[in-house]
Amino acid sequence: MPILDLATTSRRDLNARLHGLGTGRDEGDWRVLNPAGQHALAVGIDAPVTVRIAGPVGYYCAGMNQQATVIIEGNAGVGVAENMMSGTVHVKGDASQAAGATAHGGLLIIDGNASARCGISMKGVAILVKGSIGPMSAFMAQSGSLVVLGDSGGALGDSIYEAHLYVRGQVGSLGADCCEKPLRDQHKQELRALLDAAGIDASVKVEHFKRYGSARTLYNFHIDNAGAY
Amino acid sequence: MCGIVGLFLKNPALEPRLGALLADMLVVMTDRGPDSAGFAVYGQGDARHVKLTLRGPDLQGVADTLIRAIGGDAVLQGSHLVLSIETCEEAAARLWLASEHPEIVIIGVGHRMELYKEVGLPSAVAKRFNLAGMAGSHAIGHTRMATESAVTTAGAHPFSTGIDQCLVHNGSLSNHRSLRRMLEHHGFGFATDNDSEVAAGYLSWKLRQGYSLATALESCLDDLDGFFTFVVATESGFAVLRDPIACKPAVMAETADYVAFGTEYRALAGLPGIACARIFEPDPARVYSWERN
Repeated sequence: MPILDLATTSRRDLNARLHGLGTGRDEGDWRVLNPAGQHALAVGIDAPVTVRIAGPVGYYCAGMNQQATVIIEGNAGVGVAENMMSGTVHVKGDASQAAGATAHGGLLIIDGNASARCGISMKGVAILVKGSIGPMSAFMAQSGSLVVLGDSGGALGDSIYEAHLYVRGQVGSLGADCCEKPLRDQHKQELRALLDAAGIDASVKVEHFKRYGSARTLYNFHIDNAGAY
Repeated sequence: MCGIVGLFLKNPALEPRLGALLADMLVVMTDRGPDSAGFAVYGQGDARHVKLTLRGPDLQGVADTLIRAIGGDAVLQGSHLVLSIETCEEAAARLWLASEHPEIVIIGVGHRMELYKEVGLPSAVAKRFNLAGMAGSHAIGHTRMATESAVTTAGAHPFSTGIDQCLVHNGSLSNHRSLRRMLEHHGFGFATDNDSEVAAGYLSWKLRQGYSLATALESCLDDLDGFFTFVVATESGFAVLRDPIACKPAVMAETADYVAFGTEYRALAGLPGIACARIFEPDPARVYSWERN
């Protein structure tokens, strides 16, 4: 198992080595020591590799990820898994703002809390937060799913398109054009699959969640809203 | 951009290390603000004496003249001089400096606060003023990437507009011109064109009216327009406020020994016991404040 110590190896070397991996075969387990909150660690990987980072990371960790599994054994800074395309990013601690921003695919699991703007402009990613999320999360979320076992801060799903938001706890407030929607069978199945993927056992029941999504009133110009401009 | 750091000690045993801890935090924030840096340290002091932190040419000569007339002590620290005089002499000293040496700038006044700022890399600024050798109960620092006004020492943070009060700011205010006019009507004068100095003046104005540090900051949410993360210190207090959309990043760590603020976690990574600290991001539009017992 390759071990890279960021106390003696530069971040650029780490990322260059990860970018050099082949996309076809399993590249095994890598371990990264002493991240000390550095930015842009393990970004832009496109290979079936597992990278375990032993400690807190800074901004944009695992951004643009494809295929790889990146496990952060600590907190993550702003924009973890930003624009992820596929693969899995697992934060064992808390995540800062804009976790999973604009991500198109893959699975982002956050064991702790996520701060403001979690899943902003998400475009297909599945995000599962075991704790709570901050305000303004899922702003302009386009597709994908956001599952929150705890609470949501205010203005959830403001100007949302077609993403599915599932929150088990309290929601501070809903943003413009976001509303509660019925939890139909298809949503229960989707939610159960996401909970299973994150290793959450059956004691967490899908019926305890509420689903939120777009009221679709902002899709087209509406003459009754003219006074608001 | 800009980087902010702050450290408020609960455990007096750490006080001799305050400056060294803050210096390390400040230098980590160089990427966010390489133009200039500054810091305020709350060290020794008492109500009978006041410390004027001065900047300008021939500081030692000016201080010697003043001390011969009214007594006191002077310590030259790089390009700054800290003049300690009896509190009752403060008005006389200010008047004399203004009339005889208008080239001297008083950048901060406090019973305990000393304030230093300079253009250049944060590491050079910290070294020039021997930040690592300073002791105290709390301190705040700033690394600046100028956006709203020129890269000058006067434009560097922290800003102090009241005794033992100082503020560092990450962001930009859009109504600082109208606030400035309002505060000028109330007798405040400003040394720079900087929006952050107006924020400091606004808080000093509120504190002068009897507001607590926490309630003064709450009123910022009504009266200030723009982006801000503020870290503010007084003789006994330390407080944080972010604007209602939390535009600028902020992370805090709290242990039994200290409360620490960093614009990024990296700035906190070297603090003692950080692995066991409660790490959190301050909510938008919520005042966080701590007071010394």
